[in-house]
Order: sequence, then C-alpha cells, then structure tokens
Amino acid sequence: MKVSAIITLKKDVLDPQGKVIHQALDGMGFENISEVRQGKYFEIDVNENDPSKAKAVVEDMCKKLLANLVIENFKIIETQ
Amino acid sequence: MKSSVITFPGSNCDRDMDVALKKFGFNNKMVWHDNNELPKSDLVVLPGGFSYGDYLRCGSMASKSRIMQSVINFAKSGGLVMGICNGFQILVETGLVPGVLLRNKYLEFICKNVFVKLDNKENTYFKNLNKDVLEFHIAHNEGNYFCTKDQLKEIKDNNQIAIYYCNKEGKIEDQYNPNGSIKNIAGIFNKEKNVLGMMPHPERMIDQSLSGEDGSIFFKNLINNIK
Repeated sequence: MKVSAIITLKKDVLDPQGKVIHQALDGMGFENISEVRQGKYFEIDVNENDPSKAKAVVEDMCKKLLANLVIENFKIIETQ
Repeated sequence: MKSSVITFPGSNCDRDMDVALKKFGFNNKMVWHDNNELPKSDLVVLPGGFSYGDYLRCGSMASKSRIMQSVINFAKSGGLVMGICNGFQILVETGLVPGVLLRNKYLEFICKNVFVKLDNKENTYFKNLNKDVLEFHIAHNEGNYFCTKDQLKEIKDNNQIAIYYCNKEGKIEDQYNPNGSIKNIAGIFNKEKNVLGMMPHPERMIDQSLSGEDGSIFFKNLINNIK
C-alpha cells in the first residue's frame, strides 16, 4: 500500500529557501502571493494491506527519521 | 589518552582530526561507521564533512548508523563526545545535544576564520584555558543554530552554551554572526557537559605557519584536562 507523507517547517522557523522562491516568483510576475514555504514529500510503498496499519508505520518513520520534530511537522496525506 | 574518530561515508575532516589529535598526544583510532563496537576511548570525535551527502537533513542518516548506538551509550555513561561541524549536525540529530542546525540565513556556504567566545569553563573541554576568545575556522552551509524558546531557556539555565560567534575582542553582536544562529550560538553542550557540538573546526588551527595556533591551545589543554 502506498502512503504519502508531507513534511513542512513549523510556523516560527525561518525558511530562507521559501523566501527566495517567493521573491523569484514575484519577479516572474506571480505577484498575488503572501508567502512560500518549502517542504518535503515522501511516497512510501509499505508491504501492508491494512490502511491504518500502513499509516501507523509511516507515522513512526516520520517521528524517528523523516521529520525533525524540533523544526518540522508531518502530515500523512493519502493512501492508495 | 585514547581517542576515536568516526568516519562516515562522506566525512572529509576525519584525517585532519586524526592528525590534530596525534600531534597533541592522543593515541587515535579511526573507526568505520559500520562497526558495532567502539574501541576503548577517553574521547570520541564525530568529524566534519558531508556524511551521506547531506541527504534528508545534514547528519540525519549518520545519526542512525550502526556505530552511533555505541557512541550514544558512551555519551550517556559520561564519556567525552565532541562533534565538529557535520559532527555537530549528527549530534543534534541523535538528540544528545538540543536544537537543530538550519541552512545559513543568507543561503551561502561560508568558509572563513571566525572568533568565538567561551561562555563556560566549568567543563573538561575548556577548563584551565587561559584565553576567552579563540580564532577558529568555519566551513558550512547549515550552521544556523535554532532551538525552541523553551529549549533556549533550558540551555541558558543549565549553562549549556559553549561558544558564541564574536569579534576579536570578544564582543558578541549580530554583525559578527556569520550564519543567523540564535544568540550567536556556535557550540552547545549537553546538560552534563561531556558532549560538545560546535560548528568551528579547531583541527584546522594547529599550525602556526598555515593557520594560527588557537586549535593547538585547545587540544593541548583538552588532553591535559583528560589526563
């Protein structure tokens, strides 16, 4: 079963890359933006048929490796 | 005195550290990351470099490598563990020292000499040092120290800030902060002060004709404190 996880920076953590991307987009004419935050996206194929079990495994991965909870939040967004 | 330097795939300051430790009297062993056991050591060093190509987050993959469980156990039993640069990034990823190292504020790789001010000499690393300001070298892309407000209060209350970026006279001001670190923090201890993580490289300052001697002062003092 495929499980996806999105890792984003917490609100009060500075994201200089997001800022630069925002400026670039602004310069390209995409002016209607108030903020850009950059994150990470993972697609993980878990050998598990039970969706809640598969999600739980990915949640454990996020806590132990994929995210650093000092600065990042994670969200498990979909299962297939 | 026995020391061990851990080499991860992508470490590139491990041999410099080996040279520095041997120069000042350590009997140093290089330890490959895939080993389970740490040789008997008075000091373990996690060196600088780009372990695992900085994949995922700097230091995150190395923090899960096989040898690290032994390093964590060694640190938790009071052993001296020092992480320099990428080694510091590995230490924060293990949770042995608090906080995290973000991308430098102005998104540039910084490679230059800096001055750092020692905050606390009540520890094996800096005890008896007759200088308060040392000139070290930094070379990093992710050295922007960050921690939560609660963590910052805790590390201040426990005197865990090891060194600050400053000027030659020891003034700690924003203009001397190369990378955006909170409070100009360049290095941090764990609560017990046996684990030290810092971005600057003392091993690059051990030759008068090449660099200056502040690294020599640091290592000479360190081995005397361990003896």
